[in-house]
Amino acid sequence: MGSITLNKVSKSFGEAKVIPSIDLEIVDGEFVVFVGPSGCGKSTLLRLIAGLEDVSGGKIMIDGKDVTDNAPAQRGLAMVFQSYALYPHMSVRNNIAFPLKMAKVDKAAIDQKVTDAARVLNLTDYLERRPSQLSGGQRQRVAIGRAIVREPSAFLFDEPLSNLDAALRGTMRLEITQLHHQLKTTMVYVTHDQVEAMTMADKIVVLNRGNIEQVGSPLDLYSRPRNIFVAGFIGSPKMNLIEDDYARSKGAKTVGIRPEHFTLSRDSGLWSGTVKVAEHLGSDTFLHLDVDGIGHINARCDGEFGARHGDRIFLTPNETKLHRFNEQGLAI
Amino acid sequence: MARVVTRQHKVIATIAAWLVAFLIFFPILYTIITSLKTEPEAIAGFSLIPSGTFENYITVQTRNDYIRPFMNSVILAVGSTILALIIAIPAAWAMAFSPTKRTKDVLMWMLSTKMMPAVAVLVPIYLMFRDFGLLDTHIGLTVMLTLINLPIVVWMLYTYFREIPGEILEAARMDGAGLWQEIVYVLTPMAVPGIASTLLLNIILAWNESFWTIRLTTTTAAPLTAFIASFSSPQGLFWAKLSAASTMAIAPILILGWFSQKQLVRGLTFGAVK
Ligand SMILES: Nc1ncnc2c1ncn2[C@@H]1O[C@H](COP(=O)(O)OP(=O)(O)OP(=O)(O)O)[C@@H](O)[C@H]1O
Ligand SMILES: [Mg+2]
Repeated sequence: MGSITLNKVSKSFGEAKVIPSIDLEIVDGEFVVFVGPSGCGKSTLLRLIAGLEDVSGGKIMIDGKDVTDNAPAQRGLAMVFQSYALYPHMSVRNNIAFPLKMAKVDKAAIDQKVTDAARVLNLTDYLERRPSQLSGGQRQRVAIGRAIVREPSAFLFDEPLSNLDAALRGTMRLEITQLHHQLKTTMVYVTHDQVEAMTMADKIVVLNRGNIEQVGSPLDLYSRPRNIFVAGFIGSPKMNLIEDDYARSKGAKTVGIRPEHFTLSRDSGLWSGTVKVAEHLGSDTFLHLDVDGIGHINARCDGEFGARHGDRIFLTPNETKLHRFNEQGLAI
Repeated sequence: MARVVTRQHKVIATIAAWLVAFLIFFPILYTIITSLKTEPEAIAGFSLIPSGTFENYITVQTRNDYIRPFMNSVILAVGSTILALIIAIPAAWAMAFSPTKRTKDVLMWMLSTKMMPAVAVLVPIYLMFRDFGLLDTHIGLTVMLTLINLPIVVWMLYTYFREIPGEILEAARMDGAGLWQEIVYVLTPMAVPGIASTLLLNIILAWNESFWTIRLTTTTAAPLTAFIASFSSPQGLFWAKLSAASTMAIAPILILGWFSQKQLVRGLTFGAVK
């Protein structure tokens, strides 16, 4: 079991109010991702849940039990850090066994669990090595191994993959998702990688300056952002936000159009513009356009679109996919 | 082409490094050479080839017992180092893991005491030692050596402790380690290389300290520094014997330094954190 409830949780560091007041419900078995710009309080929130920081106000409940004043170890959670935080003086085996030793599990059971975890994480051949003799991906797997042997009620991850290169990040992303399917344990995952958030999450929590902007499934946030902040934050390349005449004609202060919601053409269309930069990825083409009377627009189309720097092209926004926002930045 | 240049640079750098090392070591080497000369040879002028006599060592040993100042040196160096560590470890610990706004100032202030010339406080300290009956006692000198090296010990330990990433300690806390287990299983093993290097360096510093050891002792507590000094004054200078005494005084610490050089230069982080 691993449901987590935050009730009016707040946190200040001295004068600075990092988290004003947060209410959040995490259901048992869910994969929840915290996203938000740097410094918005993602790590702080995670550390409050972990018990590594004390709350300034509010309550934290795990499985219905108030753990606000409990030490980290008493909360039954496991954490994987961005820096891995392995014990440098211990072998991989002892790193993974450490939480079990602290829990006074008997020797035979420890050996069994370490062996099992090592097999799941492909670490069997490395058990006698020191962390310094492992690659980044292997180190991260050791950190995950150390977390799973305790069978925690929930896992907390703070940007666990950000120190890895792109290819390895992709592999590890899959591994963690598979692990979640296997264990069905609650996972709370902090990242600022769009792809990780969209692909791994059951539920995304978008944070901004210590406040929750929106909570929802990835596609929910993508297709129905509640406000301009979420609209601009979720999705890559970013949603185009257009003001002035065009927005007024649609009865809004701001209109948002995702880059893929344009029809591009060489001959005709609602708007015309000049190609500033064309990025050809093979599978997609990203165009950075200077549109007459509108300004900068990102557009994207499937497959190859043979446009080059300086070309004139036409584009028409897909009117059914527009996002409209009022003066307060809220979706209409 | 670029390759050749780098190779050349390497060779030049290596030669330069050896040259500097030799320059630094030369006085010690010349002391050892001189100790193997006869007195007339020793004052005769620069020469790198001694007649190879061991007579000086024998004279030095018979005239002035070596064992006693040697034991005093050991007692003072080890004693003052242990005392300094007992005081400095908790201090550095607190400063590294729960710093306050004033921590940096306190560290600077401690270090600033090392910038003061020792002679400036010679008289008050001498008088205090005299009045408290500490002159020429092990206890008095141990405390003195502890105090003069304490700032450096605290600084060294502080920099080592700060290298220990806080996240590793937090990981231990998450893994269920209590404060005591955290200290025993995680903190201490990670800090041991730092503590060991500090210990070795401080022993060397205390061993070589000569300003206070010479001035605050006469016989009972006099260490090897005073032993060397005793060959330079009343009966005039005897270069060869002085060199023999010096060689005997520095030999133990040179040997210790040689065997512990790995430990002395060893860093703290082993690659737990990328
Ligand atoms: N121990 C601390 N003392 C004072 N301020 C802190 C402390 N920890 C965090 N903060 C402040 O709280 C805010 C939120 O920090 P936090 O680390 O939670 O951000 P984050 O969302 O994780 O950012 P990033 O994506 O860069 O990791 C920041 O403005 C930070 O400066
Ligand atoms: Mg963070």
